[in-house]
Amino acid sequence: MQVHRPYTLHDALALMAATPTPTPIAGGTDLLVSWHHKPKEKLALLDLSQLGGELAAMRLTADTLELGALTTYWDVIASPEVSRAFPLLAEAARQVGAMQIQTRGTWAGNIGNGSPAADGVPVLMAYDATVVLQSTRGRREVQLDGYYTGYKKTVRLPDELIVAIQIPRRTRKAEWFEKVGARAAQTITKVGVAVVNDEKGWRVVANSVAPYVCRCRNLESALQKGQKFKSPEEIRDILKNDIAPINDMRSTAAYRETVLSRVLFYRLADKA
Amino acid sequence: MRDDPPSSPSRREFLQTTAGTAAAAAIAGSVGGPVVATAGAGVTTADGPRIEGAVPITLRINGKDRKLRVDPRTTLLDCIRETVDLTGTKKGCDHGQCGACTVHVNGRRVNSCLSFAVMHEGEEITTIEGIGGPDSLHPMQAAFVACDGYQCGYCTSGQIMSAVALLKEPCGADDAAVKELMSGNICRCGAYLNIVSAIQQVRRKA
Repeated sequence: MQVHRPYTLHDALALMAATPTPTPIAGGTDLLVSWHHKPKEKLALLDLSQLGGELAAMRLTADTLELGALTTYWDVIASPEVSRAFPLLAEAARQVGAMQIQTRGTWAGNIGNGSPAADGVPVLMAYDATVVLQSTRGRREVQLDGYYTGYKKTVRLPDELIVAIQIPRRTRKAEWFEKVGARAAQTITKVGVAVVNDEKGWRVVANSVAPYVCRCRNLESALQKGQKFKSPEEIRDILKNDIAPINDMRSTAAYRETVLSRVLFYRLADKA
Repeated sequence: MRDDPPSSPSRREFLQTTAGTAAAAAIAGSVGGPVVATAGAGVTTADGPRIEGAVPITLRINGKDRKLRVDPRTTLLDCIRETVDLTGTKKGCDHGQCGACTVHVNGRRVNSCLSFAVMHEGEEITTIEGIGGPDSLHPMQAAFVACDGYQCGYCTSGQIMSAVALLKEPCGADDAAVKELMSGNICRCGAYLNIVSAIQQVRRKA
């Protein structure tokens, strides 16, 4: 196993093009949980911790929030301005693992790790976030909705590094996030959902109910048409075309489908 | 252990010596094959301890700069315990669930098992030894003693490191808020009620 330690973004991007392709590591809160179980010989890590200045910044302007790739959950929790402008970011951040995880874990790492249970991704996707990717070949921006192509599969090319996340500032009529786990804190999501209604319309983004965090487009268009729901079952019937939950060690497909539709039904009854 | 005669090795020294011998034997056995560095495995040469593939780093721990050579795969936890020999920080689950290894990095609490030591150059690391000692207890340590905030004591340094960090975090006044913010520290003895009492006692006095 190799650990590359670049001191500039330029060097980091050059190393990303090397063989074997290194896995970028920032907080380490995902990678060091699983690394004991991985064959070490072929493992190469690219430690981003020395790139603080170039990647750590969090910039809030009149129309955008830009989170540098090393922005942690704690950075958002600790910033009253960002928490006020994007309340769901702070709310989701407070529910990722425990505080010791929140101080290290990064938003970009949560996207990059590609877990279907990622808690940071639903709120970012509901806020219409864009992922900024950079390589020695240049820089491009990809919508987070569209970033995932399968279980832990993304459009990021092997030599590309997530350098920032951009979120547009909009006027919102409704926004909320709900996480359901085995207990109130320090838990991995059984089912979760972020909902935003802004000038561009409704966004309903669920986690742990499909191979990757996904938008529930059929439900979004029903909400867009102003449909009112009389029961959770009505929502569940629409969601059947949006999600593909499975049985696993944390929950069952039936539980996930039922709880997601109930959470949506009762929350929408208040807000819609 | 302090009362032991100098010639009598402590349990820890004994374990370190035997582990080093075993590691040396393991490496000697692989001569001729590919060199596979094992994190933390040391070989003692005439120049002192030498670790295959180790890199030089300077870590600032409890206000003191320490020049170290560590295998880049060494976690901050293993480095603190095995390289720097500060054994107050405990290894519980070694994958970020139990909080026994909690230390402060730049004033924020982290699980030291979830990052590599090399990632912390230039950062201010504080361990339980830097918070206070037997003769100069930190108010939180004193409160844990006063409230009986432990049984076996294994999770205690992690609990105290979390509790000290909590004092500067946004946290509601009630017990429920404290419990939520302490959710990353597991106590298998179930001393939770007394731990919460200790923390609330310090917060009331602050």
